[in-house]
Amino acid sequence: MNADWNIDAAREAFKALRDKSHECCELLSNEEASLVLVGAATCGIAAGALEVAEAFKDELEARAIEAKVFEVGCMGHCYAEPMAVVKRPGYPPFVYHHLDKGKARRLVRKFFTEEDPDFENFLGALGDGEDFPTMSMAPRYGGEHRRLLKRCGVHDPKNIEQAVELGAYDGLMEALETGPKKVIESIRESGLRGLGGAGFPTWRKWDACRRRESDEKYIVCNADEGDPGAFMDRTILESDTHAVIAGMIIGGLAIGAKKGYVYVRSEYPLAVDRLKKAIVDARSVNLLGESVLGSGFAFDISVVMGAGAFVCGEETALLASVEGRRGMPRTRPPFPAESGLWGKPTVINNVKTFANVSAILAEGPETFASLGTQTSKGTAVFALAGKVLNTGLVEVPMGATLREVVMDIGGGVPSGKKFKAVQIGGPSGGCLPESLLDTPVDFDALSKAGSMMGSGGMVILDEDNCMVETARFFLEFLQRESCGKCTFCRIGTRHMLDLLTKITEGEGEPEDIDKLQRLAEDVKAGSLCNLGKTAANPVLTTLRFFREEYEAHIKNKECAARQCIALTAYYILPDKCARGCDACVGSCPTEAIWTHEKKRIKIIEQDKCVNCGSCLPVCPPDYDAIVRISPLSELPPSLPRPKKEVSDGKG
Amino acid sequence: MNEDEREIVEWVNEYFNDKERWNLIGALQALQKQFGYLPKVGRRAVAARLNMSPANVHAVATFYNQFRFVPPGKYEIKVCLGTACAVKQGKLILDHWKRRLGIDVGEVTEDLEYSLDRVDCVGCCTLAPVTMVGDETLGDMAVTKVDGILLRNQIQKEQEARKAAAQQSQNKPD
Repeated sequence: MNADWNIDAAREAFKALRDKSHECCELLSNEEASLVLVGAATCGIAAGALEVAEAFKDELEARAIEAKVFEVGCMGHCYAEPMAVVKRPGYPPFVYHHLDKGKARRLVRKFFTEEDPDFENFLGALGDGEDFPTMSMAPRYGGEHRRLLKRCGVHDPKNIEQAVELGAYDGLMEALETGPKKVIESIRESGLRGLGGAGFPTWRKWDACRRRESDEKYIVCNADEGDPGAFMDRTILESDTHAVIAGMIIGGLAIGAKKGYVYVRSEYPLAVDRLKKAIVDARSVNLLGESVLGSGFAFDISVVMGAGAFVCGEETALLASVEGRRGMPRTRPPFPAESGLWGKPTVINNVKTFANVSAILAEGPETFASLGTQTSKGTAVFALAGKVLNTGLVEVPMGATLREVVMDIGGGVPSGKKFKAVQIGGPSGGCLPESLLDTPVDFDALSKAGSMMGSGGMVILDEDNCMVETARFFLEFLQRESCGKCTFCRIGTRHMLDLLTKITEGEGEPEDIDKLQRLAEDVKAGSLCNLGKTAANPVLTTLRFFREEYEAHIKNKECAARQCIALTAYYILPDKCARGCDACVGSCPTEAIWTHEKKRIKIIEQDKCVNCGSCLPVCPPDYDAIVRISPLSELPPSLPRPKKEVSDGKG
Repeated sequence: MNEDEREIVEWVNEYFNDKERWNLIGALQALQKQFGYLPKVGRRAVAARLNMSPANVHAVATFYNQFRFVPPGKYEIKVCLGTACAVKQGKLILDHWKRRLGIDVGEVTEDLEYSLDRVDCVGCCTLAPVTMVGDETLGDMAVTKVDGILLRNQIQKEQEARKAAAQQSQNKPD
């Protein structure tokens, strides 16, 4: 019990808020109501979710059917967008995938008027039941353990009543009842670690900041999700906005801060809009403001938009950016918990960390602590992308193996290709080969394997991906995003990039591998922040696990994956070419393919070819005449193209 | 100072009349939203209002990827080279845009029709490789699709020109 605050008033206000929300959201729990929930986060909208929602509304209205259409958040099944959940009395909620306007209209006609659930775009039923195939039976859904994502995609994140009804703010009341010390104690017991990637115990930050005497303290939510290919934070901000806000209020309460900032990428306009709306809504029901729930505890939140700088994910750089300066990291100590924003004690946590807090307090820390491994508790959210069947968000308990995530839940590599590596932890993570797929997902096990948890990007690479080129890609990104403060990061990454570019262009020399290795170690040792300290990871892990690819590039000028443009050529096998067919000629954007007048075969003029690969998929599978060849020394000599045809240009 | 420049300075002064907005990055973001880029006079006006040196403003503006210093083209081409797009050969798409437009990343074509930029992930990784043309997100890009988009825009432009010409000839007799 905390004597400073008026707990009775808060209790009463919270009960009133819950009752009111329950009334407003009666529809959600009412078994008799018909509902259509359309997933409309950024990814869904890009795939056409808003049109689908409109089509549902029109068709329901035209048929005078009483059913509500809600735009909800994202369930994380990106491969299946646009998606919708349809609830009707007498049926479990059904999930449909790959909808469009026409399919939405047909679904309304069939399901609502003809009682035919229309199984063509049916993904599964939610919940348990034996009458219909359920989502939990499919490995993509059943293999997951949804804690952070449990409210994503089943409620309208723009509607605060629905969020309250589903318990987003339950932990806040608990925190008001027990007071700051007990909150931090609960977080300690739960074992929650920073989910931005570093894995620093959350309670230690909070406790250090709470002990600090200061007239002002700040809570900052790090939503500067800069990793290309990672979108967990965006999804949570868009689909369960209020969980993040609740977590920040509780954080403020625990450390004694009155003000919070969310630093969010400007590239996420929808997340920014939803955050701003959620903050206004929370103020209107007294969850934010001068006196939270009438308790006398004051807390408010502002949104700050980032301007596109990867390094601003680093906490001290982020603070500099909030203050309106260049986002460059500084030395620690002092840690932000001692001297952060404008020199005041500040707690910075990732979106996912804050989103966990309210549920931990509401359920009690034991539930969270019971999940995961010895040192990493709770769940991990990954964004699966690249060469994997079921892309999207995946939430698994800590300790699940990479194989489960990639092969079972992700569905493995599509089109029968061979799995090569999984790249974890964003640009500065590492590439792990098949032999390490049984590594458990856990902060310490991943670091030991040479990668890192990072923020949770997971990119799957198959046999068509060259590891040298992959390392070069990530290094190019990091080189560009280096803020330039530390010499080793600024110049060292540039030299490494130059070496890698040289190798992918076939100019590599045997000693380059050693040079790379040495530079990588030096950059690691000579950099201040984690961008520089981990910048060498992609190079070090690919060198460790795929050294033979580097050697093949340097010695034989061969790219086994046939990806490096300078080392690969397209070639049309003369015996297989159908002669009469012109498919490849039409597909070529540079008019490099020409027809031999007498033999009628198609020939690629290598000087003109830009290796775009447009001709490869258009060659009919019966002929399968186009091949990629590496090294170039194996390329058979081509017949010279007659001059006349070049000037003609039309063929 | 010409007409356009005066307009920019006036806009900046108007913006800063609200004290709440006295934040450099926020001001630059608003300036770019209004004019599409950060004009030099605008940056100087911001510096004057915030009591900073123009060099300081320039230092902050060049640090962040969001800010651009040349006006965008009529069609803003943004080629995504995030991890998922890179894995699916997004670089080939970027190369083809460069080849067709004859400009490099960060430049504008001479007729101000097209500007070309690369971005790191627009958040639709399942549609990779992705290109954005203005606000339109185009997924599953291929080099041949680049040609298609250019042709579409060209046809659109010719249609508009014809329409305008027709309108003009119609108006003439009146």
